[in-house]
Amino acid sequence: MTIDGLLYIALVFTLVLGAAFPLGHYLAAIFEGRVQFLRKAESAFYRFSGIDPAREMRWQNYAATLILLSFIHFLLLYAILRLQFFLPLNPQHIAGMSPRLAFNTAASFTTNTNWQAYVPEAQISNGAQVFGLTVHMFISAAAGIACAAAVMRAFCAGGLTSLGNFYVDLTRVTFYLLIPVSLIAAILLVAAGVPQSFGPFITAHTINAGLQTIAIGPVALQEAIKEFGTNGGGFFNANSAHPFENPNALTNLFENWLDLVIGFALPIAFGIMLRDKPQGRALMAAMAIILATACIGTYAAEQAGNPLHIAAGVSAHDGNYEGKEVRFGIPASATFNVSATGTSTGAVDSFTDSYTPLGGAIPLFLMQIGEVTPGGVGSGFYTIIIFALLAVFVAGLMVGRTPEYLGKKIQSREIKLAMLGVLVLTLFILGGAGFSLVTKSGLASLANAGPHGLSEMLYAWSSATENNGSAMAGLSADTPLLDYGLGAAMLFGRFAFMIPVLAIAGGLAAKPKLASSAGSFPTTGPLFIGLLIGVIIILGGLQFLPADTLGPLAEHYLLAAGKTF
Amino acid sequence: MTTTNAETITLLDGDILRRASLDAIAKLNPITLMRNPVIFVTEIIALLVTIVGAQDLTNANGAAFPLTIAAWLWLTVLFATFAEAVAEGRGRARAESLKRARSDVSAKLLADPEHPEKFTEIAATDLKMGDIVLVSAGDLVPSDGEIITGVASVNESAITGESAPVMRESGGDRSAVTGGTMVVSDWLIVRITADAGATFLDRMIALVEGAERRKTPNEIALNILLAGLTLVFLLAVVTLVGFGQYSGAKLSIPVLAALLVCLIPTTIGGLLSAIGIAGMDRLVRFNVVATSGRAVEAAGDVDALLLDKTGTITFGNRMASGFYPTYGVAARDLAEASAIASLGDDTPEGRSILAFARDKFNLSPEMPANAQIIGFTANTRMSGLDFAGLSFRKGAVESVLKTLAAPPDAAVHEIVARISRAGSTPLGVTANGRLLGVIELKDIVKPGIKARFADLRGMGIRTVMVTGDNRVTAAAIAAEAGVDEYIAEATPQNKLDYIRKMQAEGRLVAMCGDGTNDAPALAQADVGVAMQTGTQAAREAGNMVDLDSDPTKLIEIVEIGKQLLITRGALTTFSIANDISKYFAILPAIFLPTYPALGALNIMQLRSPESAILSAVIFNALIIVVLVPLALRGVKFRAIGAAALLRRNLLVYGVGGIIAPFIGIKAIDILLGIFHIFS
Repeated sequence: MTIDGLLYIALVFTLVLGAAFPLGHYLAAIFEGRVQFLRKAESAFYRFSGIDPAREMRWQNYAATLILLSFIHFLLLYAILRLQFFLPLNPQHIAGMSPRLAFNTAASFTTNTNWQAYVPEAQISNGAQVFGLTVHMFISAAAGIACAAAVMRAFCAGGLTSLGNFYVDLTRVTFYLLIPVSLIAAILLVAAGVPQSFGPFITAHTINAGLQTIAIGPVALQEAIKEFGTNGGGFFNANSAHPFENPNALTNLFENWLDLVIGFALPIAFGIMLRDKPQGRALMAAMAIILATACIGTYAAEQAGNPLHIAAGVSAHDGNYEGKEVRFGIPASATFNVSATGTSTGAVDSFTDSYTPLGGAIPLFLMQIGEVTPGGVGSGFYTIIIFALLAVFVAGLMVGRTPEYLGKKIQSREIKLAMLGVLVLTLFILGGAGFSLVTKSGLASLANAGPHGLSEMLYAWSSATENNGSAMAGLSADTPLLDYGLGAAMLFGRFAFMIPVLAIAGGLAAKPKLASSAGSFPTTGPLFIGLLIGVIIILGGLQFLPADTLGPLAEHYLLAAGKTF
Repeated sequence: MTTTNAETITLLDGDILRRASLDAIAKLNPITLMRNPVIFVTEIIALLVTIVGAQDLTNANGAAFPLTIAAWLWLTVLFATFAEAVAEGRGRARAESLKRARSDVSAKLLADPEHPEKFTEIAATDLKMGDIVLVSAGDLVPSDGEIITGVASVNESAITGESAPVMRESGGDRSAVTGGTMVVSDWLIVRITADAGATFLDRMIALVEGAERRKTPNEIALNILLAGLTLVFLLAVVTLVGFGQYSGAKLSIPVLAALLVCLIPTTIGGLLSAIGIAGMDRLVRFNVVATSGRAVEAAGDVDALLLDKTGTITFGNRMASGFYPTYGVAARDLAEASAIASLGDDTPEGRSILAFARDKFNLSPEMPANAQIIGFTANTRMSGLDFAGLSFRKGAVESVLKTLAAPPDAAVHEIVARISRAGSTPLGVTANGRLLGVIELKDIVKPGIKARFADLRGMGIRTVMVTGDNRVTAAAIAAEAGVDEYIAEATPQNKLDYIRKMQAEGRLVAMCGDGTNDAPALAQADVGVAMQTGTQAAREAGNMVDLDSDPTKLIEIVEIGKQLLITRGALTTFSIANDISKYFAILPAIFLPTYPALGALNIMQLRSPESAILSAVIFNALIIVVLVPLALRGVKFRAIGAAALLRRNLLVYGVGGIIAPFIGIKAIDILLGIFHIFS
């Protein structure tokens, strides 16, 4: 590792955390209805859509509305993908997707996963990219943030019957946060050389008289929301390693920042809504400590290099450059990929498949622990709240009171629902990967044998279930097993977790908010932060350790012994 | 603290252990064990491994390892059931002593309470609610009831362990009698208020035995967490078969079983119900009976304690604390006159004046010959002593002033006003009709109580003093005792209102009371401790009964509640933290044949895969037994505030829980090596 590399990581964190505080204030103002500069457009939109913004929703309504909207959008996207050949803005005359690929892709973009089993340049039209995928990048991100806002409200007072209005939350988040920031970010990206065009691909005459097709399209806007809404679905197959998505080191830093900033701002917004800022800062600190450790860990593993390369005469000083863009270098690549797996973005500017086993194990583990560092927009927040509830439940008794978090008693109902969520995630990750590895069809998808193949499959199921969307590129994902299986994993990982979370929020909202005293369990300060990190790793991650041992850990020790796959 | 009802039962009594060993085996019945998901799963796994071992044995297929694993898995289950049986056994031993009070009793049933001489003798078990019985001196009270007529002294030692008889009379707050207690003198006519089998004594026996034990809300939630973790780890181990098959690892059932049992939280699963039973038992040892475990948990959560001033905060009787002479009188003369006037006064106040005069001026006057004691009457409100033509009096200031020959100087009124303002009572003292001065009688705050309240404040608990005194007096005593708040001129209604107000602010309130008029407040409070000497209505309304009728115990009850919760949390944290080391023991061991390079993860340097797995399983079983005493005794509660308490317990049980098994597993591995077992 070099000082420059560590300074780069420090720079990313400084920029992100520095911006998270003001953004957190702004988010709280959006959730509390205090931001109103687009009031006219907002109310016109409500009138046009027949939404009654004053209607308060119980958790059941809130969840049902969210699911229904997601379902309709899922069907719409499925239809667009199947019928894209007949739809406008398809200059390359790309054919409609197969049913299973369309199912997988629709599930992927409805759940904010952006797992891409298709090759964008060849299998999706510009029109479908913009009106199918980019639209969903906004909506799925806004839905996640809305759900987080609902969870925040549950803790703010006692005896609440309502969690807010889903439509209003969705609209306000889209109008006041996602659209304006994405537009500005898109303009900045265009200025840096990212294309934004509806024209056909460019055919270039190369100097040796050949013809080269250069794919272009409305890239900049999709790139902006891809990062800002922790979506991750690249316009191009090469994702953020492609120079048209991510031209230089500066855009790389900017995209990395966009990717992380909402996730870290949400706990700050929570503290403001609670009128108890240290509570939000404690959650943010836990997220940041895990992510920073992960960034440094991956950077160290990559910088240490591949022992076989070194044995073959590559300078150890260069580190493992395989699969990385020279315009970014190792520290920026490692930080970008770790950030994108820590946020459920799944964007990549270098290829995890080519990382050293440990360098790849860290992103894998960040997904398995539930995407809380800081996680997907909204989902990272409500997931860490679940972990905070579990942490307080396990250790809270040790202060001699029955457990309570932020004045809300944690009882059987909350634990039942929280464990249900944890079980669903574990079932799809371990069950899916374990099953795929013993079936012929699953094995056929693997590009590599041995532990590396196991890592690829485990990574795919972890990524889908946790709605991350990144992949170890070796895997061929467009097979019936993986299209349907991972599609189901994405849907269950999103909604079978979100519904229990909203149910918990609804139950907690109705409970009285107990006054805190010197006898209450402290949920701020280093002690709680340490406890929360411990619980995230022990309750969220240990169950994956046996499988991880047979994947990246085995590969690491075998690589050290000179064996490759 | 004060009296113990049963003979003290040592932590691990020989008889209890013998009986518990047998009970532990009976508890292996899977149908009853299903209440405990973690241990139930362990039993199923133990059975499975036993079958596999037996098969290997018949196939002459190296059965030593699976059978050893199976044996230790069975021991894990047995240790868990044993822990519960020990806890129950301790309760049962206490119940036995209570049952002795419930020997065959007969009752004198009255057809007409106006004619107590006409009764029919029936068995106490045939009594129904509403029956009216006569209880004469020497009779056992046949069942719980309310006195209709009569006054009698009753020996309640069967219930309270206190052998001094107490007065029971109709009407008022002393009208309840309890089945199994004995009328020592006089007679009572009692209306029966409980059906046979549902009396206070019956319920107490059931509670103490743990027969009616239902899981408390927090226990239910914890059980769900443990069941959820068990399922999560079951998934991890079952899917490992797939990952293993892909990797070319042959994972045998005993090995997977060992991994699963080590990962699921068997330690807390095995000790959870023992902790609950022991918590109830600790209360019983304090002579407090809780009607449900829920009440004990609520006690730990309490934010505010409503404490009666008299008897809890102050000694309950006022004591002399100052002599204030009038102009021209020496303090010593006033003290001497006060002492003489009190020679015939046997009340605590009178004795306190004598003691104060002795301490302050070294005065101890003898009772003169032929002295005539003038007793206190409600009319004169004075008492004193006449001898040799001299007359000494002390009494309420207004009454004393009326008897004076000449009006006193104005300074006296000032002294009286100052004493009243300080919450004390002034007593005028005269010699031969001349006012010598004023004695200050003060409500003495118990020593140490202020520090106790400060501790409670550190734990986040507010103390509220409840008193019938006026505001001025109440404020003065409240300040001296260091309570956070006080309710002066308390009535049942304003107590109830106060509790409701606190609860609306999201606080949990505990109080104790004895009278019927306390019943609504006792029922409203989250923890209501009724005094055993109180009325039946109060005892029904509260969720705990203090057999010693000592209101101070509220503080201990809160501490016992907290201790129960802390013990549960500490062992849960310990159990979950244990998992980390078990991974390092078992994972390298089971994958070593496939990937020898994974031997690098064997950081404990365990000698062989078999020994590593067995050591982890043995540690997992033994830790339950090792922790039984802690589960029964409870983790000590310290009033150091939540943050400090958490830091301490997290360090001991969280970090300790991570480190301890590394040491334990390594030690067992070394021992196995010494005896050349699986090395």
